[in-house]
Amino acid sequence: MGRYLLGRIALLVPMMLGVSLVIFLMLRLGRGDPALDWLRLSQIPPTDVAIAEARAYLGLDRPLFVQYLSWLWDALHLDFGKSYVTRRDVFEEFVYYLPATLQLGGIAFVLTLGLSIPLGIWAAKFRDKLPDQIVRFVAFLGVSLPNFWLGFLLVLVFSIWLGWLPPFGTGGMAHVVMPAVAIAFMSTAINARLLRASMLEAMGQRHVLYARLRGLGEASVTRRHVLRNALLPIVTAAGMHLGELIGGTLVIENIFAWPGVGRLAVSAIYNRDYPVLQCFTLLMTFIFVLCNLGIDVLYAWLDPRIRIASGDEVRP
Amino acid sequence: MNDNCNEAILPLETTVHAAGKRNWTMTLALSILAVLALAIIAAPVLAPFDPDAVDIASRLLPPSQNHLLGTDHLGRDVLSRLIHGARVSLGAVALISLLVLVLGVAIGGLSGFIGGKVDQITMRICDVFLTFPTFVLAMFMVGVLGTGMTNVVIAIVLSHWAWYARIVRSLTLSMASRDFVLAARVAGAGEFRIFGEHVLPGVIAQILVLTTLDIGHMMLHVSGLSFLGLGISPPTAEWGVMINDAREFVWTQPTLIAWPGLAIFLTVMAFNRVGDALRDRLDPVLAAEVC
Amino acid sequence: MAELHIDGLRLETLRAGRITPLVSGIDLRLRQGCVTALVGSSGSGKSLSCLALQGLTPPGVRCTAGRVALIDGDTRRVPARGQDIATVMQNPRSAFNPVMTMRAHAQETYRGSHSHFEDELRRFATEVGLDVPRDLDLYPFQMSGGMLQRMMIALALMSGARFLIADEPTTDLDLIVQARILDLLVEEVRLRSLGVLFVTHDMGVVARVADEVAVMEHGHIVERGTVERIFHAPAHPATQALINAHLSLYPEHILT
Repeated sequence: MGRYLLGRIALLVPMMLGVSLVIFLMLRLGRGDPALDWLRLSQIPPTDVAIAEARAYLGLDRPLFVQYLSWLWDALHLDFGKSYVTRRDVFEEFVYYLPATLQLGGIAFVLTLGLSIPLGIWAAKFRDKLPDQIVRFVAFLGVSLPNFWLGFLLVLVFSIWLGWLPPFGTGGMAHVVMPAVAIAFMSTAINARLLRASMLEAMGQRHVLYARLRGLGEASVTRRHVLRNALLPIVTAAGMHLGELIGGTLVIENIFAWPGVGRLAVSAIYNRDYPVLQCFTLLMTFIFVLCNLGIDVLYAWLDPRIRIASGDEVRP
Repeated sequence: MNDNCNEAILPLETTVHAAGKRNWTMTLALSILAVLALAIIAAPVLAPFDPDAVDIASRLLPPSQNHLLGTDHLGRDVLSRLIHGARVSLGAVALISLLVLVLGVAIGGLSGFIGGKVDQITMRICDVFLTFPTFVLAMFMVGVLGTGMTNVVIAIVLSHWAWYARIVRSLTLSMASRDFVLAARVAGAGEFRIFGEHVLPGVIAQILVLTTLDIGHMMLHVSGLSFLGLGISPPTAEWGVMINDAREFVWTQPTLIAWPGLAIFLTVMAFNRVGDALRDRLDPVLAAEVC
Repeated sequence: MAELHIDGLRLETLRAGRITPLVSGIDLRLRQGCVTALVGSSGSGKSLSCLALQGLTPPGVRCTAGRVALIDGDTRRVPARGQDIATVMQNPRSAFNPVMTMRAHAQETYRGSHSHFEDELRRFATEVGLDVPRDLDLYPFQMSGGMLQRMMIALALMSGARFLIADEPTTDLDLIVQARILDLLVEEVRLRSLGVLFVTHDMGVVARVADEVAVMEHGHIVERGTVERIFHAPAHPATQALINAHLSLYPEHILT
């Protein structure tokens, strides 16, 4: 297991370097002259002198590769410069808003698993009967539902018509429910379908028959031979859901006035606040990579074929 | 394996029932797509009003005989805006799908076919792009390029091409090792010809299914970015923007937010349904190749 | 000595809207210490019968008639899977759960006291020829077909069942391993007086291990008898076809 983990971490480093390079290059190539933007936001008229001074100040007269390394060095020290708009330290601002996003995303993730797993099991157990049909139909709808629209529908029903839940802001459980559901709905739908298929496949496996032949009771057969094996593909799929979950959280934050990095990023895009944008993209990607690493490790722990095949344990 | 008692012999009732259910959703999906096609082609004719015609006096009207779906906060007819918006939303999605397909096939296909160092480098670059969470990358691209529909299209293409390239590459690799390709080589056919005539057609057929399945997903990303205000600029009608415009009026005129969302929902659902059907046709082949 | 009586087993399925019998009128008597071979070509219903007599049918297949009884002296009861009847299957690799070790498989069906488990497991595993304790912590993908088949036999022995159903246990193994597994089975039958129903389509295996033979064709038992009588004087055409096919490959067996 240790070797597998080390291997995965080793892969992480070049990937993140590549990511940082893409971010740096895209910004330089896509935006032309950052000096102009800086001057604009500083409300200094872009005279030739001002531009030259700005370029020198921002270090834009150095070769591109040196600029990249310098930027990378700063980034590794968590120094992303100052926001063009607020003049505050970019990293500090990001870290200030991050917990809210992580909280919302985390709850949505837990909700996804907590709902989709029982639903998938339920649908598989009552295959082709009413529970299965309900789950499949809802899943079919859920896959197509825009999460931001769902967010508003929830507000419409639960805040405006019923008045049960607050429509925006943070606070307690009541504030988290609607945004988390809006984010989690689609992933839950996909996951429930996946688990259903996975369980049906697991049920047809020969080792299930052999377990029955050895006299194992139905409950044990389901738990140890069907469910455990059926959950493996779900773990792999969780990685894909994670990406969608992050995207969903960023959008939903805007609807429910959730004070997270999503709103920070959107205003950075509007204001062309590039330091914030860079920090946001790099760090969100890093978080995504770490989560994926966690999922891979979990999967390796669950499936001996993965961790042993990587050369960790003795082969006969 | 002889006498494998786990081969399910499904009772007859199940098969018939399943077929019946699938048919009505397929009919619904195809009707929706037909209506969309009509809306796109005949928008100026079909729409009862000019989608940009502002009429403050008639703002926020509920559905009526005159305005079938009501009016928005500037008095513009919602139905007309929906119809015209179809062109923008679907046009963007169509363009994205086409570009991603072309990029994916070109880069993934050639990389897989050529192999060697080229393949390795290309796949490393692919992997880097795949490291980003897609929506974050799309937002970043929009941030870099600026807002506007063109840039949204470019941003989504740039954030999704890597996934396609990888799949096309793996399809190409398995296609290129097939016997009929080896036979063509032995017969002395040139590499480009083998690629174009033997490898590519099979790969494209399978990737088209994946593209169709993905259209719904693209649609959601496009409207998501538009909703955030990063897409088309006003006053042009587009479904995501319409939802954004309607959000302040959720309290006063809640139905306003329902229509564009419903349009997106139905469109995505229709494409997903059609994509499912296509995939089921090619299922065993696709499942084996992609995995 | 206990006996396993199977009377009038009948299985049906729905095929193209019609109720189709798959297997009918299956009568078998298994005695402890005696190996009964169940032979027939593919599709004759052998494996289906083996599952059905233990109360398991695949989806869509129904058991519409038949009684199975374990007769031990004066008592008569329905045999319990895994306790009175143990099964050894064909293609052992797919019969084991890929994410569970051999030990885990043994543990989940063990009914004895917790403190005895490890000793008993090691004893049986050594008896079937596994490398103890190393092999016990392996996963199925780390083991060969022959090793897995031995483990299956160990699990069967560990259950304490007096009857064993061996459904083509050597079909997927190479010849040398096949011979060893068969030797092991014969030895265990002798040691523990097991009553065995041995399903196979290979008459060579029948000649080697069986005491009695029942021949199946199209879901019915068409002939039964001792192994000597079946080989020397096969009466039913199906039996004759099997014998002739075997003898054409191994003409030397005519002399024995």
